[in-house]
Amino acid sequence: MRVPLSWLREYVQLPDDVAAREVGARLVRAGLEVETVEEAGADVSGPLVAGRVVEFTDEPQKNGKTIRWCSVDVGEPEPRGIVCGAHNFAVGDLVVVSLPGAVLPGGFAITARKTYGHVSDGMICSARELGLGDDHTGILVLEPEEASPGDDAIELLKLRDDVLDIAVTPDRGYCLSVRGVARETATAFGAAFRDPGAAPEQPAPGDATGNYPVRVDDTDRCPVFAARTVTGLDPAAPSPRWLQRRIQLAGMRPISLAVDVTNYVMLELGQPIHGYDRDALAGTIVVRRATKGEKITTLDGVVRGLDPDDLLITDDSGPIGLAGVMGGGTTELSGATASIVVEAANFEPTGIARTARRHKLPSEASKRFERGVDPALPAVAAKRVVDLLVSLGGATEEPGLTLVGAAPQPATIEIDAALPARVTGVDYPADEVTALLTAVGARVEDAGAGAGRIAVHPPTWRPDLTDPYDLVEEVARLHGYDAIPSVLPVAPAGRGITAAQRLRRRVERAVAAAGYIEAPSYPFVGDAEFDALGFPADDARRHALRLANPLSEEQPLLRTTLLPGLLATLRRNIGRGAPDVALFESGLVFRPEPGTLAVPPRLAVDRRPTDEELADLLAAVPSQPHRVAVALAGDREPAGWWGPARPVSWADAVEAGQVVARAAGVTLRVERDEHAPWHPGRCAALYVDDTLVGHAGELHPRVVAALGLPARTVAMELELDRYFGADGVVEEPVRAPSVSTFPVAMQDVALVVDQSVPAASVEAALRAGAGELLESVRLFDVFTGAQLGVGRKSLAYALRFRAPDRTLTVDETTAARDAAVAAAAERTGAVLRGS
Amino acid sequence: MSAPNSDYDPKRVTPLEPAEVARTVSDALAAFSAAADLEQLKQARLAHTGDRSPLALANREIGALPPQARKEAGQRVGAARREVAEALAARQEELEAERDERVLVEEAVDVTLPWDRAPRGARHPLTTIQERVADVFVAMGWEVAEGPEVEAEWLNFDALNIGPDHPARTMQDTFWVEAGGSGDSGLVLRTHTSPVQARTMLSRKPPIYVICPGRTFRTDELDATHTPVFSQVEGLAVDEGLTMAHLKGTLDHFASSMFGDGITTRLRPSYFPFTEPSAEMDLQCFVCRGASVGDPDNPCRTCGSEGWIEWGGCGMVNPRVLVACGIDPDRYTGFAFGMGLERTLMFRHGIEDMHDMVEGDVRFAAAFGMEI
Repeated sequence: MRVPLSWLREYVQLPDDVAAREVGARLVRAGLEVETVEEAGADVSGPLVAGRVVEFTDEPQKNGKTIRWCSVDVGEPEPRGIVCGAHNFAVGDLVVVSLPGAVLPGGFAITARKTYGHVSDGMICSARELGLGDDHTGILVLEPEEASPGDDAIELLKLRDDVLDIAVTPDRGYCLSVRGVARETATAFGAAFRDPGAAPEQPAPGDATGNYPVRVDDTDRCPVFAARTVTGLDPAAPSPRWLQRRIQLAGMRPISLAVDVTNYVMLELGQPIHGYDRDALAGTIVVRRATKGEKITTLDGVVRGLDPDDLLITDDSGPIGLAGVMGGGTTELSGATASIVVEAANFEPTGIARTARRHKLPSEASKRFERGVDPALPAVAAKRVVDLLVSLGGATEEPGLTLVGAAPQPATIEIDAALPARVTGVDYPADEVTALLTAVGARVEDAGAGAGRIAVHPPTWRPDLTDPYDLVEEVARLHGYDAIPSVLPVAPAGRGITAAQRLRRRVERAVAAAGYIEAPSYPFVGDAEFDALGFPADDARRHALRLANPLSEEQPLLRTTLLPGLLATLRRNIGRGAPDVALFESGLVFRPEPGTLAVPPRLAVDRRPTDEELADLLAAVPSQPHRVAVALAGDREPAGWWGPARPVSWADAVEAGQVVARAAGVTLRVERDEHAPWHPGRCAALYVDDTLVGHAGELHPRVVAALGLPARTVAMELELDRYFGADGVVEEPVRAPSVSTFPVAMQDVALVVDQSVPAASVEAALRAGAGELLESVRLFDVFTGAQLGVGRKSLAYALRFRAPDRTLTVDETTAARDAAVAAAAERTGAVLRGS
Repeated sequence: MSAPNSDYDPKRVTPLEPAEVARTVSDALAAFSAAADLEQLKQARLAHTGDRSPLALANREIGALPPQARKEAGQRVGAARREVAEALAARQEELEAERDERVLVEEAVDVTLPWDRAPRGARHPLTTIQERVADVFVAMGWEVAEGPEVEAEWLNFDALNIGPDHPARTMQDTFWVEAGGSGDSGLVLRTHTSPVQARTMLSRKPPIYVICPGRTFRTDELDATHTPVFSQVEGLAVDEGLTMAHLKGTLDHFASSMFGDGITTRLRPSYFPFTEPSAEMDLQCFVCRGASVGDPDNPCRTCGSEGWIEWGGCGMVNPRVLVACGIDPDRYTGFAFGMGLERTLMFRHGIEDMHDMVEGDVRFAAAFGMEI
């Protein structure tokens, strides 16, 4: 809402020396979001005067243009010679002349200058040059009797005004009017307020046929409808400058007197007005819902299919308006309209909101109705429109008032006068509570129940005041939020962050400490990315939630894996000249159950849902487990004076999995696997106990090519929730080991197995066979060679044995080693090398 | 070795004569101090303290003396041997120190050679600021609550007093999840972290003091100041006797914990469906602390010389929300607040473009290290 200060001052008795900035600051304090205070015309200075064109000569120029060499009377003894490029004026016309020394908007200084062979002693101005809108088609021609040559045009055109630009929150619909802002301003300054919405003298109590006949079929959606008529309007009568200027400063475009007046009254009172050309109306105006298949052509020329929920204004010809949103073309006010039926109605907010949204038609009217318009206004506003058309356009007022329905009285709210204090912590005296609520427009009386209870009757223009806490806010904001003291509440002792939260922190820190940089990505993906990752058609990760309104049609799905985003980020970094990148992401993936989505119930809000309802609701929210993933490309360690670089390998990805597992306090078991998007020969499945928690390894060469990544890019993705459960970690205290101080006994064994035997199996067998004395097993060499035979490899292990209670004998150690080797032989076919 | 001899006169056994012992000692000391390195000292040691050294031989002669003479001779030889041994040890220590010093010099390397083999990792500031915020509140006894990113529409809107036709639903451009069949899915990408508050109130009884950080979504295109995927942190307290003064106190403490001692907040009346009364919250400028206001010579880039920075929204929990979540509004009051973390990071760290925050360029996160 843009409010010219001059308009505001009509209704608030502000001291003359109060600056617009001060008004803005006070309104901010009262809760209006004043975004800017614009000083319109503040950069304009005279001499800027009215001038009468005495004569002119058209002079063709070499550049093809024709200029006018004019003689203009600016109220001086002699007329001035002025060159003008426009042609939309005649001798005798009254124009606006900026004389040398004047400064126009934007710091445009006027001087006498030589141009087209003349000295131009000033400039004839267009509307745009004066800051009066965008019209630059010609110069501004004033009305013949509007002024005399030499009159100050700054005052004449009302160039100078201050404008408050206010972003109105949904609860303060009444501030979409000068009336509402003026009331707030008056309260903020303690100044007197004159209400433009106060009921004027009406001709007679209205009824449905008092003026133009009206029938309202849907009184829920249209509680009040007022109509009045004027005839004999002079269609050529212009809007006065002040009215045009105010409409323009308020952000609308002056069009014609009739349209300008309806807009003016809407801006002033907040009541949207619609004017119908009476000669185009056919029969009774009926307010009803649309029927299926019905259509309307709105003022903007668009043919709109209607929904049975849309509320219509109709006459015998059919729909003539989308109620409260936009009028129809057939009854539109035109340049020839002399008789006007003025509609001022009240419509139910949510219905208007639905229609405006359905037809994507946010209009000045719908904006106001959605937020709630004072239902007491229709008759007042219609009268105001009529009065203006009579006084400014020479129209005649038809007798009578059509008034269907009546403003519903807002429900009374009874509160304890001490409630505001109890909610805000500020001690408001009881009489101040009453005074502030009265300033809002409410009627306050003793509720009679004793104990300081008051009954508050909210004014009709405040439909947002329905609950006790709404009144608390009014008291608090008008008294001032800066009175609220600062008191730190004492929470009961807490339990710190949860085990699951600690786990996530630990994991993220460990991965970062291992040299990975965190790169959270958007969760939006598309089927093309699943294709690029080589997911088979039946891969569970293709079963993704789909957005109804994605930002990009290419990425309408929600990620089921972290890899697409992470790999895109990897590619972006490489593209920006960082060939060696190690990234990680820690975040949620979206894994709907197979089959149709369960729809969570829409529950009531006037009570807590039952436990069953709540359980249904929560169960319908798709599973969103937490995952950690890494992706690496280039060199893991750079080349340097110490030696050559170490390129990333599948093993780095597995190691990243180990880093996560260690931080989580679990042991990863690694198995070979074939799983997209990994290289089938370089893919590790990661298990905790028997739970598959993720995969790691080198990406499939086709995936790498499809995503434009460097060869041998590797990745790991892991979902700890699968092991720990969705509710997170149950932390068991660790059992302390008994630390043996007896000496260690070491044995090395080299085992020959088939190439296809995983090292992890051999190690598992050794561990199982070695028994309790085994302290550790470490693979220290892998060897292949002709002497082993084709397809064989030698794995060399260092075994360490120790007993808790004695020094082991050579025999004991050897027996344990032999048992380990025997187990490996039995399970993996391992043969002790050299035997 | 000579056999014991009862009339053997020790004064007559040459090696045991005092002068001879003294000479032997001084020979040894001279040899030790003449030794230039540990090898020469070893030779000297063998010569003067070894089995065949004069003192060792002399020591052996003592046994041949008559008993009455042994004591004196023994003392004399013993003292001599001690003196020699001490001199040897001292010289040994000297020479070892010299050697060590020489070796250390020889082994010196250029320690300024760059050693940056291990790649440096980092955490994203959006993650670390969430931890930082959580820690501030956990220190006051609050707990950290979390919830899903795809959320039931009822929890994201209805339970928070945002009804089906509420104008606020148009204020927040929501990503809707498509239903499998016809109709609505009843699921949205949460537009704020407030559904976590609703979940918390539905799942436990007051007193409740929770902080809810997390990712949120609105259908804004990515530009220098907007991102469709952003992060918020919200706080919620529900208890007996809580007032806006407690809200203000909490915000002031939060502000000073994050931005420096003495930094406070300011409340301006505003509107949110889930709070009543509601307020916009401004943070006192932590750079100029208001000194730039009205001083064009010293403008403040952080606050635009306003003295205050818009930080978030807050208010007292609307009793309708308490009712929908099963909390008795006659007994309990609550307050809630929330702010955007991208915006917080932008002004706290001078980040100029949202793209830097969301594109995952390693140079960006690397600058923030492990904590902020």
